[in-house]
Amino acid sequence: MGTYVPDTREEQLELLKEAGLSSMDEMFSMVPDNVRLKEKLNLPDGMSEMEVLKEMEKTASKNTAFRSIFRGAGAYNHYIPSMVESVLSKETLQTAYTPYQAEISQGVLQSIFEYQTGICELTGMDVSNASVYDGATAAGEAVAMCRERKKNKAVVSEAVDPGVIETVRTYCYGNEMELVTVPAKDCRTDMDALKEALDDSTACVLIQHPNYYGNLEDAAKIGEAAHDVKAKFIMSVNPFSLGLIKSPAEYGADVAIGDGQPLGLPLAFGGPYLGFMASTDAMKRKLPGRIVGQTVDGEGKKGYVLTLQAREQHIRREKASSNICSNQALCALAVGVYLSSMGSEGLKQAASLSASKAHYMAGELSGLGFKVISDDFFNEFVTESDKDTAVILEALEEKGILGGLPLDKNRILWCCTEMNSKEDIDEAIEIIKEVC
Amino acid sequence: MEFRTDLSYTKTHEWVLLEGDTATIGITDYAQDALGDIVFINLPEEGDQVEMDTVFADVESVKAVSDIYSPVTGTVCEINEELMDSPEKINESAYDAWFIKVEGVTEHSDFMTAEEYEAFVESEQE
Amino acid sequence: MLIYEKSRKGRGCQLLPKCDVEEYTPDKAHLREEAPKLPQVSEVDISRHYSELSRKAHGVNDGFYPLGSCTMKYNPRVNEKTAALAGFTAIHPLQPEHTVQGCLQVLEEGEKALNEITGMDAFTFQPAAGAHGEFTGLLLIKAYHLANGDTQRTKIIVPDSAHGTNPASAVMAGMSVINVDSDQSGCVDVDKLRQLCESEEGKEIAGLMLTNPNTAGLFDPNILEITDIIHSCGGQVYYDGANLNAIMGIARPGDMGFDCVHLNLHKTFSTPHGGGGPGAGPVGCKEHLAGFLPGKVVRKGEDGALHLVKPEKSLGEMKNFYGNFLVVVKALTYIKTLGAEGIRNASENAVLNANYMMAKLRDKYDIAFDTKICMHEFVMDLSRLLKETGVSAMDIAKGLLDHGIHPPTMYFPLTVHEALMVEPTETESRETLDWAIDVFLSLYEKAYSDPEALHRAPETTPVGRLDEVGAARHPVLRFTEE
Repeated sequence: MGTYVPDTREEQLELLKEAGLSSMDEMFSMVPDNVRLKEKLNLPDGMSEMEVLKEMEKTASKNTAFRSIFRGAGAYNHYIPSMVESVLSKETLQTAYTPYQAEISQGVLQSIFEYQTGICELTGMDVSNASVYDGATAAGEAVAMCRERKKNKAVVSEAVDPGVIETVRTYCYGNEMELVTVPAKDCRTDMDALKEALDDSTACVLIQHPNYYGNLEDAAKIGEAAHDVKAKFIMSVNPFSLGLIKSPAEYGADVAIGDGQPLGLPLAFGGPYLGFMASTDAMKRKLPGRIVGQTVDGEGKKGYVLTLQAREQHIRREKASSNICSNQALCALAVGVYLSSMGSEGLKQAASLSASKAHYMAGELSGLGFKVISDDFFNEFVTESDKDTAVILEALEEKGILGGLPLDKNRILWCCTEMNSKEDIDEAIEIIKEVC
Repeated sequence: MEFRTDLSYTKTHEWVLLEGDTATIGITDYAQDALGDIVFINLPEEGDQVEMDTVFADVESVKAVSDIYSPVTGTVCEINEELMDSPEKINESAYDAWFIKVEGVTEHSDFMTAEEYEAFVESEQE
Repeated sequence: MLIYEKSRKGRGCQLLPKCDVEEYTPDKAHLREEAPKLPQVSEVDISRHYSELSRKAHGVNDGFYPLGSCTMKYNPRVNEKTAALAGFTAIHPLQPEHTVQGCLQVLEEGEKALNEITGMDAFTFQPAAGAHGEFTGLLLIKAYHLANGDTQRTKIIVPDSAHGTNPASAVMAGMSVINVDSDQSGCVDVDKLRQLCESEEGKEIAGLMLTNPNTAGLFDPNILEITDIIHSCGGQVYYDGANLNAIMGIARPGDMGFDCVHLNLHKTFSTPHGGGGPGAGPVGCKEHLAGFLPGKVVRKGEDGALHLVKPEKSLGEMKNFYGNFLVVVKALTYIKTLGAEGIRNASENAVLNANYMMAKLRDKYDIAFDTKICMHEFVMDLSRLLKETGVSAMDIAKGLLDHGIHPPTMYFPLTVHEALMVEPTETESRETLDWAIDVFLSLYEKAYSDPEALHRAPETTPVGRLDEVGAARHPVLRFTEE
């Protein structure tokens, strides 16, 4: 069996003796007999490192890693700079705990401060926290932070990712906020239905941008409508789009959230990703989770600390703004490295490449007779055709290509990124042409 | 430790200046000292109702949050906005750094005089 | 210096190819005109920057990290290797089921192993961290009571020694908290608990949240009685798995009468903390709660393939997709490496190392509740030291930094003043423990001989004690160009 206990059995027995204990049994004497496990755990025997690695490799090989991916819908296949992996493999940064002891955690704290700066730059917002679990929980937290004494209703567009809506629904099931969803019309938030849903009890309006169907929304107008009833405007954005598309701040958002996965994190069957959250200065004390601030030591030397901690669970307990403790710090580090590697120009180029490929592919599909439902879109779009989606997607799969996400029998949600070359797109189009 | 004779005091360490049916409320010098460096203060809004012996605000130090109780029942007519940006004023001069003013005071808790409060604080320290 | 301060106009890395299709520009209404100000740095600038940050941090793989309640055990390297396999990292979460059988197998094997270790019947891996797991577990309990028509069960009992996340999670689940005091031995006051549960209020009780061993490192000897009292009044009992590292293979929450648990894979199962995350907080439960589990569980179909199945009365989604999947891969690698024996062995040595350290330190440092034997961690109460020398738990902690030891958890549990909570874990050798014991003892001596030196500590770290008051009063939360 493998073990990470350094001491030999003999050494262990010595320690036991020096601790004044006669046996392991005595050491566990606090555990009453009636709850002691009488048998060995029913688990396989341990293994050597080589055996474990082989077994896990075998398990991994049962998955299909597609060579060409046209599926997004909340998880995106973008290029990850080599530097990201290199930094994340630094054992110190990887195996540090939450930076409670600031003096020996300046590296971690500074990386979070830089991450916060990056998120503020991308979103245009004033303040960012140090991350939450993912984009969906960021939405749940954002809705909760907008709640006020007389404002208990969250209005959410159905053009938001269904996984995000369902998560918000769970958070509202917990804290007993009222959740009202507004239907999408032609793959966009229905403005009339939205206005109807708004009233004085509305705490916030949540939309996604670009929305689940890839479309850009009339975000500024939605924001105005929210502010008209003194509700907060929450925008869930694809951070990758912000190289090219206006920032949430420019649309008037009070809170900007989203999933940071497109910024340097692998698909990894859904996680770990990270949720980013940024707000106006006025709302900063309602942000959940950790926040790093700049300060000085006794000699005036600049340093970083966890700050505004009185918001948090370990101090405020049942009155905390959230229960979050562990976040996704290492993923935030990845985002920090990613943003430094790309720079503004690189991010703009990547966003432009993704959008350009998507528009090219949409044009090609349209040429095959598909109806492109999304009109003003970024890098995702919906097509409709008489042809059964399953037939199309199976044909692609056979050739090692992951097609778009089937929404129903006739509609597919496609996604392109800088990873899809024209050649790859043309190949997919050829395959689709054959079955249509 | 300062105990101003023109003010009334409560067992939960607030001071009150009651003029007619209007009360000005803050925390005592002893309280600010016990709380340590205050970094933020959460206050109610103008127009909010406050109730005697119930929490109306809280003050944050770096590692703690403490509830502040209202010694009177009435309506908040003014809050000290300055404290939002400069909470250190509470540490610097607790009796000048009032939190809120309450009008239409209908009832108040049992007050102590400065002398009584000083004795109370001494007994608490023991 | 911040990477933003190292930015020089025009620098950067060439990472992406030229566009091979017609370039698309968004409509003016949506086009971003002012680009975000991200750093303009070369690859070598970036490489050196993060190497420098790494030098200004301390990980468990660098040295001793006896941070109580956080189980900072060594993070094995093979775990990182398996989690980096392309067969896991390149998999889209919304691929067809038959193309993700390997991922589903990880979840299935993980569930089986955790069921066995905890004595539960089913697990979800969706919760991303311990607190998220608590929230999930409480929602399970809420859903269960609501399904039984028990709408009045909205109160949750939390001991005063509990982690701050417990009461905060309860509020997120729409429950109000009843705090119960510990008795003199640091455990749950059974008489008070019984009184509460047998009173009128008993009908309103949703359940109890408990860590066992508790945050003082004590295993509650009355655990069966406690879970029985809660069940008798119609409540459910929740196990906060933060301290599971004390009892693996020794005792199981399921056998103690707990109805659901959360585990912290980033504590007990050796996955790295990453400077604060990602963790994973899988939640397990007994059969009667399993139908309410969130997300999808993995079940083998009649076709022999693995399927993602939504439990019939599922409470919803806790987050998108299936949880922090790669963290589960690491934990499963660890479980497979250790096997049944190794897992028990880990807990035995975690408890052994704690008892050894406690025995060697107790001549000088006061042990909270004066316990003779502890589980995987123990709490020192430095009140006397503070009174006699003016040296606080904080000062001792800062003194440890100058010796390259990460300090224990400070000022927790709240039931002990001047607390230092020490959890050595099983992965530290005798030499490390002996060295750390010497450091602790020397700091104790120093408190009497030269207390000023400890007030000044640390002196060898990149920065000294930082002005936290200034940081909180006038927050600077991002870099801005001057």
